[in-house]
Amino acid sequence: MSETDDKHAVPDMPDTTGTITMEVARFRPDRESEPSWDSYDVPLRKEWAVLDGLNHIKDQLDGTLSYRWSCRMGICGSCGMTVNGEPKLTCSTFLTDYAPGPVRVEPLANFPVIRDLVVDIEDFMAKLPTVKPWLVSGDEEPAEDSEYRQTPAEMDDYRRYSMCINCMLCYSACPVYALDPDFIGPAAIALAQRYNLDSRDEGNEDRRDVLASAEGVWACTFVGECSVACPKDVDPAGAIQRYKLTAATQAVKDLLLPRGAR
Amino acid sequence: MAAWHNVVIIGGGGAGLRAAIAIAEANPKLNVAIVSKVYPMRSHTVSAEGGAAAVAGRDDADDSFDEHAYDTVSGSDWLCDQDAVEAFVVEARRELLQLEHWGCPWSRRPDGRIAVRAFGGMKKKRTWFAADKTGFHLLHTLFQTALSYSDIVRYDEWFVTKLLVHDGRVRGVVAVELATGATETIVADAVIVCTGGCGRVFPFTTNANIKTGDGMALAYQAGAPLKDMEFVQYHPTGLPFTGILITEAARAEGGWLLNKDGYRYLQDYDLGSPTDQPTMRSMELGPRDRLSQAFVHEMEKGRTIEHEAGHVVHLDLRHLGKELIDSRLPFVRELCASYQNIDPVSELVPVRPVVHYMMGGIHTDINGATPLTGLYAAGEVACVSINGANRLGSNSLPELLVFGARAGKAAAEFVSDVPGAATGPVLAQGRDEERRLHRELAGRHGSGGERLADIRTEMQDAMEAGAGIYRDEASLIKAIDKVAELKERFARAAIDDTSRTFNTELIAMLELSGMLDVAECIVASALRREESRGAHQRTDFPGRNDEKYLAHSLIRRTPAGESRVDYLPVTITRWPPGERVYGR
Repeated sequence: MSETDDKHAVPDMPDTTGTITMEVARFRPDRESEPSWDSYDVPLRKEWAVLDGLNHIKDQLDGTLSYRWSCRMGICGSCGMTVNGEPKLTCSTFLTDYAPGPVRVEPLANFPVIRDLVVDIEDFMAKLPTVKPWLVSGDEEPAEDSEYRQTPAEMDDYRRYSMCINCMLCYSACPVYALDPDFIGPAAIALAQRYNLDSRDEGNEDRRDVLASAEGVWACTFVGECSVACPKDVDPAGAIQRYKLTAATQAVKDLLLPRGAR
Repeated sequence: MAAWHNVVIIGGGGAGLRAAIAIAEANPKLNVAIVSKVYPMRSHTVSAEGGAAAVAGRDDADDSFDEHAYDTVSGSDWLCDQDAVEAFVVEARRELLQLEHWGCPWSRRPDGRIAVRAFGGMKKKRTWFAADKTGFHLLHTLFQTALSYSDIVRYDEWFVTKLLVHDGRVRGVVAVELATGATETIVADAVIVCTGGCGRVFPFTTNANIKTGDGMALAYQAGAPLKDMEFVQYHPTGLPFTGILITEAARAEGGWLLNKDGYRYLQDYDLGSPTDQPTMRSMELGPRDRLSQAFVHEMEKGRTIEHEAGHVVHLDLRHLGKELIDSRLPFVRELCASYQNIDPVSELVPVRPVVHYMMGGIHTDINGATPLTGLYAAGEVACVSINGANRLGSNSLPELLVFGARAGKAAAEFVSDVPGAATGPVLAQGRDEERRLHRELAGRHGSGGERLADIRTEMQDAMEAGAGIYRDEASLIKAIDKVAELKERFARAAIDDTSRTFNTELIAMLELSGMLDVAECIVASALRREESRGAHQRTDFPGRNDEKYLAHSLIRRTPAGESRVDYLPVTITRWPPGERVYGR
């Protein structure tokens, strides 16, 4: 389903239809041994995202609740949380879709919790540079005063994978990452493919060791949950499958062909 | 032992990342760090939509640097510095090409060259774009490219609370690590402020939650002047509930603004006559200040539409067709569906003016240097100024690249030339600040004081009422009094949260403290400027007054803690002040 088809709520619903209960996971690992739940009643307004409910709690009811947010328009990737069991961007997930409630809000799964709804994403931040997600230029770099030519069709080869906002929803949804924390993971592989498939890039070889390793694409058992969870239609599962084919083809070439012809 | 770097950059958005790369390239031996309150890819550059302006190519004989410069100068209502604009238009092109070489997925023409689109106030098509997620792609390209410079140190999710100044020179910062609550003094030979704007000082803004003017407040508190703070840009098309931006590209691609009678009302405001195809520098492609002002007049005439969230007009994209909307404006369609429950392919989009951008900011020269030795600034937080009284759409992204790079190079040269000063007194200052932060955390709890959110909301409402699209002496004085009252009340505000771990309430308190200073600077500067120019419209002084005010305002804090406003003449090279003409 495309993002634009994803309409929510009911347009003729009155502005305020009472309240909805939000059950929010609370956890301060420095003081508590396990998470607990706090329950808050917030206004149920048709234009309110789950994030607006959290902001109401923070501003008016309980200033101690901790969570990340910034752009509130689904592009900065800060506000990923688990809403009623599913990884979501809370700024583009609406309270009315959960009426009459309650709405349960937890931190993203598969990450250590720093506090309340804030998770530690340092693992991803450390893995990201290992796939070299930058343009590796080759011999045919254009002159300083001109651009690489790239047709719209060439751009279409990687465009989808360039839309990743690093929101971590795919890692939260990934059953492989849950079991194997060394797995490079969906977003990092999609970003590697974003450059591998860019006609301007010559970095395929540089990325190969990491992508084709046991912790790279071969760790993925193609569950596909990452692509279901992705709010930006990046399709990391497709990126991974596509690279498996590339890696397998390359492995066969390595076996059969003399070095110079690979 | 405190941390030390040659250069500390505050803020990891477009300007900060560009500055960091410039330093790494200028002198790889320099130790450079980015201190940012969010992970760099969360920075607000990510939200920019429509595009980035620069004369497109050698084979586009149709456009020239001079024309880009003239559009920018006239768009600024002649308050920009023309030497800065002349440098900017040349380097903008170089920077956008550099971004292309780093992998930015600029939208293309069928033959593979960069595509350009029209934009408001621009006479030629020169706005490069990556569909309508230009800022997102620009930021991620910069962030990912910066990852290849492994020597750039990052302090992700650290909030800077103070600039350390000793012997008239900036010598470092104090910052709080959000995850742990640890405070640290970070010594530096130079500091570059790249923290972006302050839209959150107002109630209705396109700006992200993080846009709280932190860097402006830090510089002001350290004694550096802020320039042209009275110039606040209202973008004419925000979604009514949320203030989410609907890009100017929607009008550049042919969208119309309609009043309640379905009438393209801009024709009544000296912006030209309606044509089916967009006409450059005309009607819906007029400059933002004029379009937002036209909305206010339309509302006063009773010709806007009453909406649950206030008065709106309609943005009509229906005649553009699904194919064009999906290829050129997919994010607009996505945002309208998510946040307004409408499909612009078949429905009218309700929009109203919304605070979007600060033309003003930390006073810098053409190299990003502030008058305070060792302090640099670039991007929206800075005021060079190329934007004067009104920024043209799509000039802000090239601005943060051009002046981010310039500030980086200038800081790299500065730290290579000057010896490091004695750190003893700097560390002592740092310890004082760390103690202050600990007192704030402990002392504000349970005092029965007011909630931060209430003070923040009252400040925002006072700014909209007093310093909105139209202002006058009475409204500004009222706002000044209100901000002063709120500053007193803020001193007694309470926080619920005493934890050191990821204490976002403590950060919100520190942000609000800075926002109150920034708010004061905006209204005080606006009160002193007794003319109307660009985005600063005084109903009690409706005309532009070049004799008195062809000058930048500079507001600074006196040692007694009061604010003082002075003026600095604008630099004019080739375009003497004239009439701003659109649509004729």
